[in-house]
Amino acid sequence: MTLHTRTVAELGQGLRRREYSAVELAQACLGRLESAQVELNAMITITAEQALAEAAAADAALAAGRAGPLAGIPLVHKDIFCTEGVLTSCGSKMLANFVSPYDATVVARLKAAGTVMLGKANMDEFAMGSSNETSFFGPVRNPWDPRRVPGGSSGGSAAAVAARLVPAATATDTGGSIRQPAALCGVTGLKPTYGRVSRYGMIAFASSLDQGGVITQTAEDAALMLGAMAGFDPRDSTSVDMPVPDYCATLARPLEGLRIGIVREFFDEGLDPVCEQPIRAALAEYERQGALLREVSCPNLPLSVPTYYVVAPAECSSNLARFDGVRFGHRCERPRDLMDLYTRSRGEGFGAEVKRRIMTGTYVLSAGYYDAYYLKAQRVRQLISQDFARAFEQVDLLAGPTSPTPAFALGAKVSDPITMYLNDIYTIGANLAGLPGLSIPCGFVGGLPVGLQLIGPHFSEALLLNAAHRYQLETDWHRRVPSAWA
Amino acid sequence: MSLTRADIERIAHLARLNLTEAEIPVYVDSLSRIVDFVSELERADTGGITPMAHPLPGLRQRLRADVVDESNRRDLYQRNAPATQAGLYLVPKVIE
Repeated sequence: MTLHTRTVAELGQGLRRREYSAVELAQACLGRLESAQVELNAMITITAEQALAEAAAADAALAAGRAGPLAGIPLVHKDIFCTEGVLTSCGSKMLANFVSPYDATVVARLKAAGTVMLGKANMDEFAMGSSNETSFFGPVRNPWDPRRVPGGSSGGSAAAVAARLVPAATATDTGGSIRQPAALCGVTGLKPTYGRVSRYGMIAFASSLDQGGVITQTAEDAALMLGAMAGFDPRDSTSVDMPVPDYCATLARPLEGLRIGIVREFFDEGLDPVCEQPIRAALAEYERQGALLREVSCPNLPLSVPTYYVVAPAECSSNLARFDGVRFGHRCERPRDLMDLYTRSRGEGFGAEVKRRIMTGTYVLSAGYYDAYYLKAQRVRQLISQDFARAFEQVDLLAGPTSPTPAFALGAKVSDPITMYLNDIYTIGANLAGLPGLSIPCGFVGGLPVGLQLIGPHFSEALLLNAAHRYQLETDWHRRVPSAWA
Repeated sequence: MSLTRADIERIAHLARLNLTEAEIPVYVDSLSRIVDFVSELERADTGGITPMAHPLPGLRQRLRADVVDESNRRDLYQRNAPATQAGLYLVPKVIE
C-alpha cells in the first residue's frame, strides 16, 4: 500500500476508514525519514519511540470515536519550535544540548488535534539563511537535485514534504523562510498574517516579522493544518484575538470576478527570464477561471531587502542577547571572568551568519546610527506597507514569483551575503507589512520547480487558500514527485 | 563608506562576541558591504512618515494583568543550565 504520496486530507480519510492504523502510517514515514537522512539531511532529530506511542494513542482515540481532526497524521516540526523533552537546537551549536522544558503553542495545538510528531526538521541556524547552508547540523539537499539547495530557512521542512517523507511540516517565515523553500522544492507553503499563529515557544529571530506556518503538498492540507494551529494565545502578546474561520469551507469557491494584481516590481531585471514563463502561464490559468488580472505598482517594494536587513538584524541582535552561557545553551571552557564567559560562549556557539546579523543589528542600533539606519528603515517599512494597502484598494490578491531563480547549487552563494539576501526580494515585503502569503508549485525549468506567490490583505488566509486550491484542482504541478522519491 | 577593524572590534564588544583573528577581516569586508547596501535607504523620501511600530495597523502591544499565573519550575528549567548549585546559576567570581 503506497501511503507516502497521500495528502493529509487523504490520509485522514484512510485512518478514519481503518484502511491502515496510525502506527502503520507512522512506521512507514519513519522508515522513509531515516533512510533519506544520508542523502537529504532533512532532519536534526527523529523521535521514533515517542512517535509510535503518539500513534498508538491516536489509534485508540480513533477506535473510541473521540479522535481530533488530525488524529494520526504524521508530521515534523521545524527545529525552531520548542518540543517538551526533545532536543530543540534551532540549527545552532548554541542550542545543540537544549532539551526544551515545554511545548510551543503550535506544537501543543497540533498535538491536541491528534498529530503524531516524527521529529525535528533541519533549518538554517536561528532561521538566518535562504539555503539551509548555515545549519550547524549540515546543509539539507534538494530532493529534485541533491547538488542543489532546498532554500531556507525551513529547508528541512520543505525537503521532507517534497520527498514525500511526511505529508506536512511546520515552518516559520521571517523574510520568506516558508515560501522560498516551498518554491524551490515544489511544495505548498503558507505564511499566515502576523499574529494569526502564536509565536510562544517559537525561538525568536525578528519578533515583528516572525510568523509560524506550514508546508504541505496541497492548499487543502495547508487549510486543515492552519485551522488547527491558528488562534488567540494569551502567552504571545502579539497574538491577535480574532475567531479562526473554517478554512476548508471556502476552498472550492469559484474565482469568477476575483481581482488579481500583478505586481510590476516583481517582474524586474532580477527575475530569471526562464522563471517568468511558468508564472505567466499560472496567471493565464487564473484568467481562464474568471479572475480579472490587472497590473499594480508598489513603488517602494524594491527597497524591501535593505529595509529588512536593518530591521531584522536589529531585532535579532536584541533577541539573541539572551544566549549568555549562563542559563542554557553553549558555555565555553574555563572562563577567566564574566566578560570572557559571555564573549567566548557566544563567539563559539554562534555560526558565521548569525554573528554577522547580530553585529549588523548592533551597529544599526548603536549610538549615532539609530536614526540614520533603524528609524529610517522603519519609515521606509511604513511606505512599503502603504504601497500594499493602496494595491488592495484595487485588487483582492497580489501575484508574482516567489523566488527570482530556481534552486541554486550548494555553495554557489555562501561567500557573498548580499547575493544570498537577494533571494528573498519577492517575499520580504509581505513580512514587513505583516501580510499573509503563500507559494504553490506552478511549473518546472530544467527539472527544477518554480513557485507562484500569492499575497493577500491581513487575515485573508481563507481567500489565499481558496485561490491556491482552485489552481490545484486544474493543475498537477503539486502532485509531481522527484523520481528518486516517488 | 567602509568599516574599519576598530569598528568591527567595537561592535563585537558591544554584542559580546569574541572574534578570532581570522574572523575580523571577514567581518570588516562583509559588514562594510551590508552597510553600503542598506545605505540605499537614504534615497527614499520619508518626510512626514511615521516609523512603523507594529506590523498590523492600529494594533498595539497588549498588556496582561499583573497577576502570578506561572508556577515555580526552577528545577526543571535549570536542567539546561551549564552550572548550578543550590538552585543558583554559577558564574565566574564578579566581586573580589
